[in-house]
Amino acid sequence: MSEMPAISVKGLTKQFGDKVVVDHLDMDVPRGAIYGFLGPNGSGKTTTIRMMCGLLTPDAGDGQCLGLDILTESSAIKEQVGYMTQKFSLYEDLSIRENLDFMARMYRLDRRRQRVDAALDDLGLADRQHQLAGTLSGGWKQRLALAACLLHEPKLLLLDEPTAGVDPKARRDFWDEIRRLSAEGVTVLVSTHYMDEAVQCDFIAYIAYGKKLISGAASEIPGMIGLHTWRVDGPKLTALEAELRNTEGVEQVARFGAVLHVSGTNEKRLREIAAEMSAGGKSNWTEKKAELEEAFIYLMAGASDNFAGNGEAA
Amino acid sequence: MSAKPSLFSFARFGAVLIKEFIQMRRDHVTFAMMIGLPIMQLILFGFAINSDPKNLPTLIEMADEGPVVRAILSGMENSEYFQFTGVVTDQAAGDLALRDGTANFVVVIPPDFERDVIRGLHPDILVTADASDPSAVGGAVGALNGIVQVAIAETLTGPLHAVAGAPMPFSISVHRQYNPEGRTATNIVPGLLAIILSMTMVLITAVAIVRENEKGTMETLIATPVRPLEVMLGKILPYVIVGYVQTFVFLIAAKLIFAVPFEGSPLAFFLGFNLFIIVNLALGFLISTVTRNQMQAMQISFFTILPSVLLSGFMFPFAGMPGWAQALGTAIPATHFLRVVRKVMLKGAGLPEISSDMLAMGIIMAVIVTIALLRYRQTLD
Repeated sequence: MSEMPAISVKGLTKQFGDKVVVDHLDMDVPRGAIYGFLGPNGSGKTTTIRMMCGLLTPDAGDGQCLGLDILTESSAIKEQVGYMTQKFSLYEDLSIRENLDFMARMYRLDRRRQRVDAALDDLGLADRQHQLAGTLSGGWKQRLALAACLLHEPKLLLLDEPTAGVDPKARRDFWDEIRRLSAEGVTVLVSTHYMDEAVQCDFIAYIAYGKKLISGAASEIPGMIGLHTWRVDGPKLTALEAELRNTEGVEQVARFGAVLHVSGTNEKRLREIAAEMSAGGKSNWTEKKAELEEAFIYLMAGASDNFAGNGEAA
Repeated sequence: MSAKPSLFSFARFGAVLIKEFIQMRRDHVTFAMMIGLPIMQLILFGFAINSDPKNLPTLIEMADEGPVVRAILSGMENSEYFQFTGVVTDQAAGDLALRDGTANFVVVIPPDFERDVIRGLHPDILVTADASDPSAVGGAVGALNGIVQVAIAETLTGPLHAVAGAPMPFSISVHRQYNPEGRTATNIVPGLLAIILSMTMVLITAVAIVRENEKGTMETLIATPVRPLEVMLGKILPYVIVGYVQTFVFLIAAKLIFAVPFEGSPLAFFLGFNLFIIVNLALGFLISTVTRNQMQAMQISFFTILPSVLLSGFMFPFAGMPGWAQALGTAIPATHFLRVVRKVMLKGAGLPEISSDMLAMGIIMAVIVTIALLRYRQTLD
């Protein structure tokens, strides 16, 4: 099998009015990977996803999705892509079964009855199949939405913030399912702003203000940012946290249980602070490798909300 | 796996259709509205509406001419009820004008009228009124005798003064054509079909489509391989069927409750109401493309319905409206459909008599559909 990427786009640009929502974005999503698409609200994640599967026509740029041109072959792309929207977008006034049935008809699937039955069994909703979809809880709605976009056995899954408003248990189950699909060879592109979802991904791209700031294998991201992290513990951690936040050279303080992870990009300055603080005897400092957790917090802190003004990105 | 892409898939079209019917059935309020509203309006308006218009188009069939005739005619015109729009030479021409709605009255002055008046032979003027809209002609008919009497008393002086005294030297016979009893219901009820259809068709279509956008389900829909035409047809056809049901309910109620006759060609009626339903659905579709939520769709729908009630000739006789209002009214599909229904049901018209109304509706439809399709393409992107 050729190792052509599942998605490969170049210079993707979309403008709504005079606001550039996606700005010359390049991206390659390898086949079979789980690719995490990170960025603050309004950074252009949803718009990018829609352009990549042919729902929106880009103003500039081109690319391919599953070997098909995103500009001219969008209907063929739609046949092979499962797209799960941010908000529950199945019919709330249709029953669970009717929704699945509707989607199966949309993709003109053969053996429709068996497929819908199988999906209901997988979901564990066979005995509630006549319940209206609108009466399901958030977690169940999300599972139903996933089942609906898997009915036609897509080769590529686009998940737009799939677990927003879903409880942690349901979120874990959801990710088990995503891992299983990935193992079967389905490419998954998932947008999120949850750290516990980001760490599940094989690859990460981070965008803000419609521009891609960084992308690569998840394990390489902290190194690419050049982040250095120290693990700090000691008494009066809260006071120490406040003090460190005001210390020049410390760019990020994150609390993990009873320890602080103190990070910055200036390695030398951080080392000086560590020596100084340790000498005071109030805290213990150990250097550690910067993980994706620190990198994620660092990136997300850079630009909290892209809807507001023209603030500086991270 | 899925079949290869196609330009139009009946399977997908069918899927949208089935979904739409299920949703229609689940939405009890809307469903009740579709059936209940027509009946409620029929009962309410059918018994309630009346009015008294002026300047009604009137034709004269003049077999004699003289000071008495001139006095009568100018008296009629001065009353503002009648507006003489032309002269006919035989009865057939007068009847045709009444049937196709170009005139509300035909006044027939018999031969040797002047001579017979002076000789005291008591000749008879025949006024034929289009009573299919009794409220439109009722006021004029009621005032007719008084108007003429005053006109004669004031005008006939000198040698003719002798004949001006009461009792009148001649008589006026009013012949109410199409609706001899002058029942308002007979006129209002057929008009109601136009109002009921415009109300429910425009509103329900607009809301059903906007709901898809508002609830976010359009996003799922366009992520599937479904084509715009499949969505449009699949969503609209169920409401065409609703329109059929409403019309059927209407026809039964008109017959059983209001004893409204159905004199004309069923084919003309059938073609007319199908065209009208399509125009309304297209209008609803157009509204859905310019609104963002169901609330807006409802407001704009009501905004379009109001002129259909007020300016179409339903509430106030079309002939009685000022020129600008008539011009506006002409652009409203309900105006033309109203004429079709009244002509066919009450006046026994067939296809030839309604062809101008059909043409007008066709033009309105072409304009609306063109704009709607242009708008729909934009919203999909």
